[in-house]
Amino acid sequence: MASNDQSPASKLRLNDVVRVGASGPRARKTRTALSALGISIGIAALVGVLGLSESSKSALLDEIAALGTNLLTVEAGGGIGAGDGELPDTALASVARIPTVTSASAVWDVDADVYRNEFIPEGETGAINVVASDVDLVHTLRGEVAAGRFFDENTAHYPTAVVGSVAAERYGIRDLNTPTYVFIGDEYVEVVGILKEFPLAADLDRSVILSQQAATTFFDADDSPSTVFVRVLDGTIDETRDVLPGNTDPENPEEVTVSRPSDALEAQAAADDALTTLFLGLGAVALLVGGIGIANVMVIAVIERRGEIGLRRALGATQAHIRRQFLTEAVILSVLGGIGGVAIGVVATLVYATSQDWRVIIPQEAALGGLAGAIAIGAIAGLYPAMRAAKLPPTEALRA
Amino acid sequence: MTAATMNDSNHGLARPQRRPALELRRVVKEYQGDPPVRALNDVSLRIDHGELVAIVGASGSGKSTLLNVMGTLDRPTHGIVEIDGVDTAGRSDNAVAGIRARKIGFVFQQFFLLPGMSAVENVANGLLYQGIAPSERRARAIDALRRVGLGHRLEHTPNQLSGGERQRVAVARALVHHPAFVLADEPTGNLDSRSTDAVMQLIRDLHAEGTTIVVITHDTDIAAELPRRVTVHDGSIIADSGHPDDAPEI
Repeated sequence: MASNDQSPASKLRLNDVVRVGASGPRARKTRTALSALGISIGIAALVGVLGLSESSKSALLDEIAALGTNLLTVEAGGGIGAGDGELPDTALASVARIPTVTSASAVWDVDADVYRNEFIPEGETGAINVVASDVDLVHTLRGEVAAGRFFDENTAHYPTAVVGSVAAERYGIRDLNTPTYVFIGDEYVEVVGILKEFPLAADLDRSVILSQQAATTFFDADDSPSTVFVRVLDGTIDETRDVLPGNTDPENPEEVTVSRPSDALEAQAAADDALTTLFLGLGAVALLVGGIGIANVMVIAVIERRGEIGLRRALGATQAHIRRQFLTEAVILSVLGGIGGVAIGVVATLVYATSQDWRVIIPQEAALGGLAGAIAIGAIAGLYPAMRAAKLPPTEALRA
Repeated sequence: MTAATMNDSNHGLARPQRRPALELRRVVKEYQGDPPVRALNDVSLRIDHGELVAIVGASGSGKSTLLNVMGTLDRPTHGIVEIDGVDTAGRSDNAVAGIRARKIGFVFQQFFLLPGMSAVENVANGLLYQGIAPSERRARAIDALRRVGLGHRLEHTPNQLSGGERQRVAVARALVHHPAFVLADEPTGNLDSRSTDAVMQLIRDLHAEGTTIVVITHDTDIAAELPRRVTVHDGSIIADSGHPDDAPEI
């Protein structure tokens, strides 16, 4: 009987590669969990940081969107010399005539101090100042009244006051159920409204506001506005911004400063990004350490399981089969870690964002990128141990 | 009587149907060093299908090296190793691994069962590197376990089995792919005397069913019970009782 001279090479099916690679972790569950933990922490940090920063940013961006990015403020200042450092008295009317402006309001300084009552020593105003405004101010700033009401055309001539949110807090004014007064100049003025805060005009939160009509009648108000708030049509911000100085003060346009308050909030969102980058860096370091942990565990596994390696070689495994087995095992460890990490990160984001009343946003790139990163790290971490296992001569391995 | 003269006397003899399962011709194995260590010195040995052979030698006699060379786990420095008529010289590691996967079964003193795997899974591993589908591996593993009398221990893991049972699982793993021969390296070395008797009885039973088995042992009592004994000393075969069917020379 002629023998088969071309005996077939040994062969390991693809799904058996996975099965064999999983056999090690399956047999040592505690160690598997512990060695996957490092990767979990890294991935959880990445997913959690990205999820939380996106969620918190979404809260801020929602706020910005609600307040509108189409608000511009016009103030005096900037240029040198030529003018008198004030906006013209006609500034509000001039600005309101620009076709792309949907609404405009102005604030005037009032030369008077305000106190909670007459017994407060002079000068201790608590950094609350008095300003005057037209009746459209709350509308233009998209502000809200917390209690009482703001001035309207019919009440603007009464000597009444509306307090900003910070001013109200400092004065201890929580509601207007009983008649409430503040002491302005040397008169008591009734408070008819409490405002909620203006994120786009925080100065007004620390102000007591009179109507412009009453302020000029009863107090010493400036004729020129200190600030003009301008709401423009969406999409016309840049062009309006360009024409605002010339329209406000045709003689000295260079002395007019135009700014966009929502820029400050967007800058705040960007500042959060810097912090996010820092945490991402920490997450990456945790991931690296996790990868080293897996490499370490795999090197130990190769030493401990010399007998198994020798047995498998005796059963017909080639060097490539052994290499694939340990590489697969390392990737399985890191994928388990990755899945755990994504789960932890998502849950952390969910819990914290919910507690902060943020919209929950889990960036998919973070979750998928985290998993892909885990696979890559596992493959790299497993490479050296797998090569070592494959190079081990079977006779030496069996001497275990 | 030396192996060489034994082989010479086999040629053209009365039983032409005898076919070698394993044949070593003038095998030398040297380990590098200064001076080089010669672990096997011009060893020739032929083991036919259906034989039960003991290879006996003290530790350091070269019997472990002989086992490694016979099992193709190590390549000889010189000489020819033929497994079931296939010359292994010059073949790639991959091809030699394929020969091991199909032609050779191993039983070790330390059992080498994988922890956390059931008896069936451990035995099925004997078919793993032939690319056989899992369902067929399992079916054949169950058959092999029944053959060694462990049909009632299929799903037990190694730590739920006694030493003797573990070694029987290992024997089933060595048989499951119907190899040309089984190499058993000190198969009773880790067993108590009762388990030793059981495992040796199993080996004799399997031989009676036609399995070719080579038992490597230092234990002359165990060797004495087997039909053919090859004695190794200082890297050479110093005695070979020969094929029991051969008439003693006059």
